Amino acid sequence: MTKPEPQQLDPGTPLAHAWRNMPDVRGHFGPYGGRFVAETLMAPLDELADAYETARNDPAFMAALDKDLADYVGRPTPIYHAERLSKKAGGAQIWFKREDLNHTGAHKINNTIGQALLAARMGKTRIIAETGAGQHGVATATVAARLGLECVVFMGSEDMRRQATNVYRMRLLGAEVRPVESGSKTLKDAMNEALRDWVAHVDDTFYIIGTVAGPHPYPAMVRDFQAVIGRESRRQMLERLDRLPDALVACVGGGSNAIGMFYPFLDDEQVHIYGVEAGGDGLATGRHAAPLSAGRSGVLHGNRTYLMQDDNGQISGTHSVSAGLDYPGVGPEHSWLKDIGRAHYVDITDTEALEAFHECTRIEGIMPALESAHAVAYAKKLAATMRPDQVVLVNMSGRGDKDMSSVAEAAGESL
Amino acid sequence: MSRLANRLGDLRAQGRTALIPYVTAGDPAPDATVGFMHALVEAGADVLEVGVPFSDPMADGPVIQGACERALAAGTSLSGVLDMVTEFRQRDNETPIVLMGYLNPIDRLGLDVFAQRASKAGVDGVLIVDMTAEEAPDVAPTLQSAGLDAVCLIAPTTGDERIGKICANAGGFIYYVSFKGVTGSASLDVSSLAASIDRIRAKTELPVAVGFGVSTPDNAADVSRVADAVVVGSALVRQIAEHGADRDATQSALRDTLSAMRRAIDEQDNTKGEARRA
Repeated sequence: MTKPEPQQLDPGTPLAHAWRNMPDVRGHFGPYGGRFVAETLMAPLDELADAYETARNDPAFMAALDKDLADYVGRPTPIYHAERLSKKAGGAQIWFKREDLNHTGAHKINNTIGQALLAARMGKTRIIAETGAGQHGVATATVAARLGLECVVFMGSEDMRRQATNVYRMRLLGAEVRPVESGSKTLKDAMNEALRDWVAHVDDTFYIIGTVAGPHPYPAMVRDFQAVIGRESRRQMLERLDRLPDALVACVGGGSNAIGMFYPFLDDEQVHIYGVEAGGDGLATGRHAAPLSAGRSGVLHGNRTYLMQDDNGQISGTHSVSAGLDYPGVGPEHSWLKDIGRAHYVDITDTEALEAFHECTRIEGIMPALESAHAVAYAKKLAATMRPDQVVLVNMSGRGDKDMSSVAEAAGESL
Repeated sequence: MSRLANRLGDLRAQGRTALIPYVTAGDPAPDATVGFMHALVEAGADVLEVGVPFSDPMADGPVIQGACERALAAGTSLSGVLDMVTEFRQRDNETPIVLMGYLNPIDRLGLDVFAQRASKAGVDGVLIVDMTAEEAPDVAPTLQSAGLDAVCLIAPTTGDERIGKICANAGGFIYYVSFKGVTGSASLDVSSLAASIDRIRAKTELPVAVGFGVSTPDNAADVSRVADAVVVGSALVRQIAEHGADRDATQSALRDTLSAMRRAIDEQDNTKGEARRA
């Protein structure tokens, strides 16, 4: 296996920082990442890493991906100046990268398109995926339907209750949604179950992981597929404003939309980077999903990273109003960016996220996913501390239609 | 030579297949485990495999997941598991013990501290399911310097070159995962098993144990035709789950289940021995 080369960058992008060469050949981002799995998965992961390495260097594969991103996903997505929100914040100008306008309503499909093309190229006939909020499950079921692949999505039974509409969408798309009853019945348990299924069906099955976590090569591969967000954003900012943003803000659960936005800007050291974790009821209560803000290094789901865990090394239960952020780990590249200080990680509580959801909906006519509402909430706080000639670019990672029942429940209403 | 190597070496010299039962420590409660361990030895265990419960046991099927959940709900910790081993050793200083678990609880405690404490408690070998030689070249040496064997997994998907690499670091025995899947599922195919074990024996002198699909005495006898040791896990853990809080009923169910496996294996070993003598 050869060392991954940096992605193709837009002209003018400065090169050659250490972070461009991450991960190393075994998938390490500094001390994080790697491949911690049962022996049965080592060979399939090698096979995947090799297939991905070949595909990404194959112009025909990349051309097929670009074509799908344009014609099927609807890329490029626009950037949008949220003028009224900016005025309310009373500081910097807030812009949104409109990933909510992608087909299926979130950034997730950037990655599932790429992995599904890879699966087909590898001759796999069955796709599995884990999902929390259901956005990755829907994005996976969508590409499986399009390519005629069998699709099984693992979803915690608690999340199925919270995201019933997405469960129905997946079924309409022909996927089997398999409820996961083990552990906390949320995203982490769905991932355990998908890994178990993969071990048992490695010959014909491709596991499409939805975030930048998991064993190598997933964190790097998913980042590469999502980096289209940051590449477009960088180019669009230069075209529209003839400058780069002063700050980037994105929500972080596993962290795929965030790393996709951040990665192409890592060399632009004047651009401040903020990842927003789910503060739940507040970090002090322990009821949150903010491993970077309040966790410790450990090993889960095939990689070393910051985790929510107790003193005995057992993974802690998490809480967030947003199912997509309700995960005790985080992509290993975020752990590393935190340690080296290139990105800053902050948290936003359930209440703050819900407030931002309502405000953004009412004054911008854009209904953010509850995940993305965390980023909007922090962007508003951040913008208030900045000058009006400065720019904060928020990744509007998904739309909020799926969250109607959670929002209504929080407001004490029923639909 | 370690207690584990001694025991397995003796059995091999006698043409006997080792029987290795697995239970999850702390299932259904921390004070039950030591009694279960003694009962299993009385029923014919040659080596005991003790599972350290983890919240996210991704290589285990529903039976052992359930055991982990019960054990954790009852307050079991890695330190608690080491205390159980210490207590077991007060009455049994002969039967080798292998701890099997996932990396994170050990990582939390610290590998060095864990190795020292495990050795002092009377543990003989350690199998970390989600640990690979690539990720931690220091794990095997650290365990070895504390007098512990680093037991390693080999799977049907493991290539020959990698088998060699794994065996170079391994101690005690090689744990061969009999099929692609999680613990407690499917059943196994003995002819393909024989070929796989030959591939491993081409690379190492270490005994080869087979686990992940042995649920009946017939399975155990089949495996004993080709392997040096048979690991029985989910079939026992299922007994613990079924009998719940009734400690005595659980112990006798564990004894019955394991004795039946023991008899089937011994019969097979005797047949094999007679065939060899004839």
